Amino acid sequence: MYNEKVMDHFQNPRNVGEMNSPSGVGEVGNMKCGDIMKIYIKVKDDVIEDIKFLTFGCGAAIASSSVLTEMVKGKTLQEAEAITNQRVADELEGLPPAKLHCSNLAADALHNAIEDYKSRAASN
Amino acid sequence: MDKIYLDHGATTPMKEEVLEAMLPYLKGHFGNPSSIHAFGRESRKGLDEARRKVAASLGAQPEEIIFTSGGTESDNLAIQGAARALENKGRHIITSAIEHHAVLDTVMHLGKNGFDVTILPVDQYGMVDPQDLQKAITADTILVSIMTANNEIGTIQPIEELGRICRDKEVYFHTDAVQSIGHMHFQLQDQPIDMLSLSAHKFYGPKGVGALYIRKKTRLEQLVFGGGQERKLRPGTENLPGIVGLGRAIELACADIEGKKQKLIKLRDKLIDGLLEIDDVLLNGHPSQRLPGNVNVSALYVEGESLLLSLDIKGIAASSGSACTSGSLDPSHVLMAIGLDHQTAHGSLRLSLGESNTEEQVDYVVEVYKETVTRLRKMSSVFKK
Repeated sequence: MYNEKVMDHFQNPRNVGEMNSPSGVGEVGNMKCGDIMKIYIKVKDDVIEDIKFLTFGCGAAIASSSVLTEMVKGKTLQEAEAITNQRVADELEGLPPAKLHCSNLAADALHNAIEDYKSRAASN
Repeated sequence: MDKIYLDHGATTPMKEEVLEAMLPYLKGHFGNPSSIHAFGRESRKGLDEARRKVAASLGAQPEEIIFTSGGTESDNLAIQGAARALENKGRHIITSAIEHHAVLDTVMHLGKNGFDVTILPVDQYGMVDPQDLQKAITADTILVSIMTANNEIGTIQPIEELGRICRDKEVYFHTDAVQSIGHMHFQLQDQPIDMLSLSAHKFYGPKGVGALYIRKKTRLEQLVFGGGQERKLRPGTENLPGIVGLGRAIELACADIEGKKQKLIKLRDKLIDGLLEIDDVLLNGHPSQRLPGNVNVSALYVEGESLLLSLDIKGIAASSGSACTSGSLDPSHVLMAIGLDHQTAHGSLRLSLGESNTEEQVDYVVEVYKETVTRLRKMSSVFKK
């Protein structure tokens, strides 16, 4: 049901783990639907220098988190903000239709992390 | 290691002996059992013989067996058929919260079409309380449908006691025994059961064929119209190869039930003990009143579909009650009915053992499960170290 690229990211997730002293953290999902994604970013001079994720969820949730981290690393905040859930799915060369809405939330988690970074920066 | 099949609750591989029995009806004996010529009579013989085998295996009379396309159709015929036959007598139907959708959705459909429905709750192990049934039956009740054993968590219901309550109150009792054939002994002529559903592919028979036991004098209205086959209750030219396969499969399944049961229970308990040694892994269902081959556990902090996929990569076939694998946005209704929270339900895994599984396989599965759970927990956003 999943293509090779999705299975590759599911089996060999990139940038997985917690981050010490991140610049921003974003979380989406809830336990009722069964997917909770957490994205950590480290920002320097408006560039996302490092990114990590932790995900509780199905194969699509793990793969979309993983591929997102690859898409984002080294990008400017502005570029990262333009990434949508659809673009994440496209990068994975497609997800089963049932997964597009429930498990494809990585971009939302990233946007929350950027939001968190900005509010932290504003209050400093 | 070769692939390990632990999804016998979903379906079982067909036995060689069953195929052997079917082959003459796929190749040579093509006659229509309703024809009176020699070709027809040859096929009729196979049909009658299969019916006798099913009846003998269940302690019933041949004329009490109706062949269908499987468990779902048998459940529909029993429930809708009885409801229509008795709708002038009463309009109340009782079932349980953990039924298979073939029962639950059929009852709910009737609920939307003029019938009153009571859904009995179950306890944390998935057991129906006979006292709840006693209290739920009213003068308007016409039918009670409660499964013999649950497909997901394996809990075996006290069907004798439940059936007795129905019998005393003159209410029909139907049971979906799809998971139970070959795992427990039936002697239907002595049991307070009016109707019983079964499906061949759950006990090493072919897919697409099942049967409904209907006790003599039970009133039932046909759902499908056509010819006079199956006492008019299920018209249509018979699936003869399938029916012959069903007859052979049930004969094999019901031979030495006790011996096979003890072997499966030993494997099951070894598997359960191995899995429960891992931190935060919980058993779902009843510790002892459960199907001999059923294991259902939840690993906290891990989601079921990712667990299934990981096991599949390692050659282990299982199933899960997670929302992601149920085809809906909610986790299994059975796991919710026994009171699991969402996380525990999402992390569920069913491993259903069968005749070909071995102790070595069980050891391997425990090892791979442990590795997989540890790996997935490391990337889980909700894991608390």
